[in-house]
Amino acid sequence: MSARWGMVIDLDRCTGCQACVVACQAENNIPINTEDIFHQRRAIEWIRVERYWEGEYPNVKARYIPIPCMHCAQAPCESVCPVYATYQTNQGINMQIYNRCIGTRYCAVNCPWHVRFFNYWEPKWPESLKHQLNPHVSVRSRGVMEKCTFCVQRIVRTEQQAQVDGREVQDGEFTTACAQACPTDAIVFGDLDDPESRVGQMAADTDRGYQLLSGLGTDPAVLYLKKIDPDAPEENGHY
Amino acid sequence: MQERHPLKGEAITKELLRPLNQTPMIFWVAVIILGGILTAFAFAVGWMFYWGLGTTGLNTPIFWGFMITNFVFWIGISHAGVMISAILRLTQAEWRRPVTRAAEVMTIFSLLTAMLFPFLHTGRPWRTVYWVFPYDFDRGIWPDPRGPLVWDPAAVFTYLTGSTLFLYTTLIPDMALLRDRSTGWRKTLYTILALGWRGNERQWKLQLVAGILLSALILPVFVSVHSIVSWDFAVSLIPVWHASIFAPYFVIGAVHSGVSAVITLMALMRWLFGFHNYLREEHFDSIGRLLVVVATGWMWFFVLDIIFAMFTRDPRELVVMEQRIFEWPYAMLLAFVFVFAYIIPVPVWMFQRFRRNIKIMFWTSLMVNVGMWAERYWLILPGLERKFEFTFMWSWYRPSIVELTLVFGSFALVTFLLLLFSKIFPPVAVWEEMEGVNFAQDIQVGKRTVHATIREE
Repeated sequence: MSARWGMVIDLDRCTGCQACVVACQAENNIPINTEDIFHQRRAIEWIRVERYWEGEYPNVKARYIPIPCMHCAQAPCESVCPVYATYQTNQGINMQIYNRCIGTRYCAVNCPWHVRFFNYWEPKWPESLKHQLNPHVSVRSRGVMEKCTFCVQRIVRTEQQAQVDGREVQDGEFTTACAQACPTDAIVFGDLDDPESRVGQMAADTDRGYQLLSGLGTDPAVLYLKKIDPDAPEENGHY
Repeated sequence: MQERHPLKGEAITKELLRPLNQTPMIFWVAVIILGGILTAFAFAVGWMFYWGLGTTGLNTPIFWGFMITNFVFWIGISHAGVMISAILRLTQAEWRRPVTRAAEVMTIFSLLTAMLFPFLHTGRPWRTVYWVFPYDFDRGIWPDPRGPLVWDPAAVFTYLTGSTLFLYTTLIPDMALLRDRSTGWRKTLYTILALGWRGNERQWKLQLVAGILLSALILPVFVSVHSIVSWDFAVSLIPVWHASIFAPYFVIGAVHSGVSAVITLMALMRWLFGFHNYLREEHFDSIGRLLVVVATGWMWFFVLDIIFAMFTRDPRELVVMEQRIFEWPYAMLLAFVFVFAYIIPVPVWMFQRFRRNIKIMFWTSLMVNVGMWAERYWLILPGLERKFEFTFMWSWYRPSIVELTLVFGSFALVTFLLLLFSKIFPPVAVWEEMEGVNFAQDIQVGKRTVHATIREE
């Protein structure tokens, strides 16, 4: 099916609860980020929630922004891979082929959003968690890059089911793990090319939309909706 | 004009071939020490292959560290060979004669060492060779030529092939000389390598033409190799890496460190092999003068790189530049680079008295390379530490013991290979030296007669 999968993340709804991070971890067989791994600064989080401060003291506000892979249409990570281990699917997903990856890590070096991760160690799970691994997602070995796939296993499964049933994939029939887990519905996933889809409508209707680092010209598939702040001074954009 | 002591042909041959026949105690001491370091190097490589890159100090935003720095450094050193032999050959600089062989060999060994590092540095080295150089053409899957990581091995291997051919062309007459003067396995080896050299006029002509052709052909490669290495960084989006000045800047930096390394090597050869009659003060003098120009050119680009960053007024670039220049530890490192690679050596090289002092030349040239290693680190690391404004992913880098062993091991490897080479091949080209003697003549300067070469034809 032709689509350009994308996401709309409404920062006005995001509470920074990290549910998306945990859901992604469970869905995509991401190794457990132990304290030790964090100290090594090698934690793998396909989606992460960054906290930043806005305003001057005493009117300082904590803000949260979830950052998954932007799935750029003109992705800087793709052209630097010597072996085509990262490429663009015809549905606009920036995909990583683990079997081809040799681990030059240039893609990660060239990614301004820091959403590509390297497996420095062989991934390990405690005995009690071995049976919770998702059978639809490959477990990556050490020495390869990995990243957000927009839960491609869910896309493929839904497409196959739709094909069996002889119908089109419906908008909202499935969603990514992060969007599914979000308690405030801040993350919405869907086909950006379809004007009838929920993301399509949100992207078209909003006057709060922006892309992260849009100035780089990579055309990210993730659209952020700006925080509504009644206390914000006029010149900073008041909604 | 090169002054020289009149030397007899047979004496030259005997003296220059001495390292092949005599093995002083210091040689064995060096072999044992270097062998020890190389064992540690091999162990570190094995350890890293077995446990993975987790054993390095690399982390999430800092995916490249000591190994890439070391790669750039050794590629830089390799630029000495062509600088000395090809350019000086084409410009007919007489003083190059005793230096060319050593410089060319250093080029080849440092290129081999340099190429080892990107390979070790990949996550799955056992796959790297296969994917970057696919031999299984039936699959129809090729390397991606859009990326600099494919240009890079192509450029370096072209350079390696060119330099090896060039070195071999200049080795042939010496191989024939050795063939006629040796017995046993050496005789067999030299006979094969001499390719039936008889030293007749046609062979000399062909050898000369091949030498000139190869030096002319290598020249563009020489410029392109380090340009392409610089594009490994410059074509990326990283602030401060993404600079058009990187290519010429890296090339001149490479010449600076490479030619300094040749001085270090010359001083070592003079001491170890007793080549006082060949590697004379005037050679150090000439190469020192060359270095003053090269070092100043490098400094010019160094300053331009900073000015260009300010000129664009890109805030991301300015942030990293500020960190590089004013913040610990990079401010310290910057001062270190400045002092070691320019402020101390260049004023010293301005005086002929110092240029003709071998000890001073040895230590200043060594200093330059310490400074230039630090310069590469200074260029590469800060860009990664604070790449763009996502502060949660900012990090720092501390090399692990494995990476340190690899870096020290690479120095031991090049030194070890050079030592081995000097046991099998003459470290100074005998035929070049003889040719130089033939060109020399007694020249009347005022009341004094000087045995010197004005210019070769």
